[in-house]
Amino acid sequence: MAYDKFNILRSTAVPLPIENIDTDQLIPARFLKATERVGFGDNLFRDWRYNPDNSPKKDFVLNNPIYSGKILVGGKNFGSGSSREHAAWAVYDYGFRCVISSFFADIFKNNCLNIGVLPVQVSPEFAEKIFTAIHADPKTELEVNLPEQTVTLLATGEKETFEISTYKKDNMMNGFDDIDYLQSIKPEIEEFALHLPL
Amino acid sequence: MSKTLFDKVWDTHVVRKIEGGPDVLFIDRHLIHEVTSPVAFLGLKSRGIKVLYPERTFATADHNTPTINQHLPVADPLSANQLKALESNSNEYGISHWGLGHQKNGIVHVVGPEYGITQPGATIVCGDSHTSTHGAFGAIAFGIGTSEVEMVLSTQCIMQPKPKKMRINVNGKLGVGVTPKDVALFIISQLTTSGATGYFVEYAGDVFENMSMEGRMTVCNLSIEMGARGGMIAPDETTINYVKGREFSPKGEAWDKALAYYKTLKTDPDAVFDKELTFDGATIEPMITYGTNPGMGMGISHDIPDAAHVEGGAATYAKSLDYMGFHEGDSMIGKKVDFVFVGSCTNGRIEDFRAFTSIVKGRHKADDVTVWLVPGSHIVESQIKDEGLLDILTEAGFTLRQPGCSACLAMNDDKIPAGKYAVSTSNRNFEGRQGPGSRTMLASPLVAAAAAVTGVVTDPRTLIEELV
Repeated sequence: MAYDKFNILRSTAVPLPIENIDTDQLIPARFLKATERVGFGDNLFRDWRYNPDNSPKKDFVLNNPIYSGKILVGGKNFGSGSSREHAAWAVYDYGFRCVISSFFADIFKNNCLNIGVLPVQVSPEFAEKIFTAIHADPKTELEVNLPEQTVTLLATGEKETFEISTYKKDNMMNGFDDIDYLQSIKPEIEEFALHLPL
Repeated sequence: MSKTLFDKVWDTHVVRKIEGGPDVLFIDRHLIHEVTSPVAFLGLKSRGIKVLYPERTFATADHNTPTINQHLPVADPLSANQLKALESNSNEYGISHWGLGHQKNGIVHVVGPEYGITQPGATIVCGDSHTSTHGAFGAIAFGIGTSEVEMVLSTQCIMQPKPKKMRINVNGKLGVGVTPKDVALFIISQLTTSGATGYFVEYAGDVFENMSMEGRMTVCNLSIEMGARGGMIAPDETTINYVKGREFSPKGEAWDKALAYYKTLKTDPDAVFDKELTFDGATIEPMITYGTNPGMGMGISHDIPDAAHVEGGAATYAKSLDYMGFHEGDSMIGKKVDFVFVGSCTNGRIEDFRAFTSIVKGRHKADDVTVWLVPGSHIVESQIKDEGLLDILTEAGFTLRQPGCSACLAMNDDKIPAGKYAVSTSNRNFEGRQGPGSRTMLASPLVAAAAAVTGVVTDPRTLIEELV
């Protein structure tokens, strides 16, 4: 599925300094029943965001109007658990284009890259700096620069570089996906399949 | 050059390496279910492309299926719609479909091995993180997202950076009442839920060599819970005896060729791992979790540790214990249990029901506990009946449900109510995993059985006859 190209993103950010945020929090299983990719943002962090009677939980950050933006900053080991791409869809559909954490779970990270959400892994110290800056001033802006592979706290100019493979970076900047690539080498795949051990 | 088991299987399946990018990896077997496949099929439709090798994909309905009255129409319209989508997509693209009511229907990671779809040295993927289960056969098996499901359908390949390699050795004699589930929960408690992120794990040592295939599947199943992409165990006689003669296993000449390949599937003596860990099996106790991720587990006789003694931040730890209604220093023994769930791709196989039955035999279900016993497949269901286990269970006050994922992720009606405590043989104790507000304690079928007959968390060793 095509997605918007990612280049340089400047935005305020939403802080969620909880560790091991798992995919069941990102999108509980009971909201995985759709057969189309629509409406998942409404259920992002459903059980942290809403009471059982569907009223908003006032103390949850997404319900606090002073925090907003296209960047979500999460605690260590973000996205652990299930392979459900719905978790990444929920993040994207809610309006986030980038998740920053000091550590990501593998499958979630892959899923994000496949749908146009940029996972940015920073050092634990820089993650702390970001949390501190946002808590001190919710209007703090971050710049995520994909071509340069940097994330910068704009108020102070403090920055850190992040890693991404050349291939995935090129995909994100151009809005390409892996299926386009794989389709283009199909004859090579069919030839390969003739010589498998099983 | 010396290679690990993982290297051998991975390298055999690399179609092409991309400079500064992932490998294009060929996938031998692809399993799909109703929840993570519909959007992939929509993608195929919108691009106007076909399934390249429909005979390499198998569909079964499991996440969303009811576990009672499976002969009746599915009441939840959203679930029914998803099940129907799996059927119509499978039919449209020529994929084998084992829907609700089909004799081969069951949990994807239980039926795959049972029918010989799972083969040593194969690459196997499914839109489900517990695909790591199939690594028990010496396969590279891991969970993928829906975009990748679409990739496999359309080109039988996915694009993956090669993970780092870790070997976990466990040697020694396991104590009475210590099962493969306890070995896995112990390892996860040592590594935490992110300790193996970025790695593919090989399990080695006599503890795994002495395990049945069912036990090995339980261990490999839980690899993802320490963050590993997957886990695998080198195939041996136990593996080959299990695989031989199953419906989709190679036959005749193809079997001889496959057998020659299987025999190459071991780590070379001088191969190097990026990380290697060794544990003493004799020190492992029956395990139980007390928090909201699978790394928060401990020997059942221990007390809940202080925040100072666990990895990670105190605030997250406090939030977790608060959700569970537990406190630092609490003993788990004697905690009230409202529900017991035995089943799932982790512990829904025949050995798990044999273990459960061994404890409840001659005892009776505690009055105020609700117990859900959910076999992983119709084969498991038949084995429970044919081996006489059902008679023993019935005598002890238990009933058997029908196959499916059930309360493991509570997508169907099998939900633990808010605030209630469940001892579950499944794989995740995340907040709300088994239903909004549910509180899960992960454990083995023996610990589940001990809770089912006493109504509280109980060390199963106190109920095992030899010890009394």
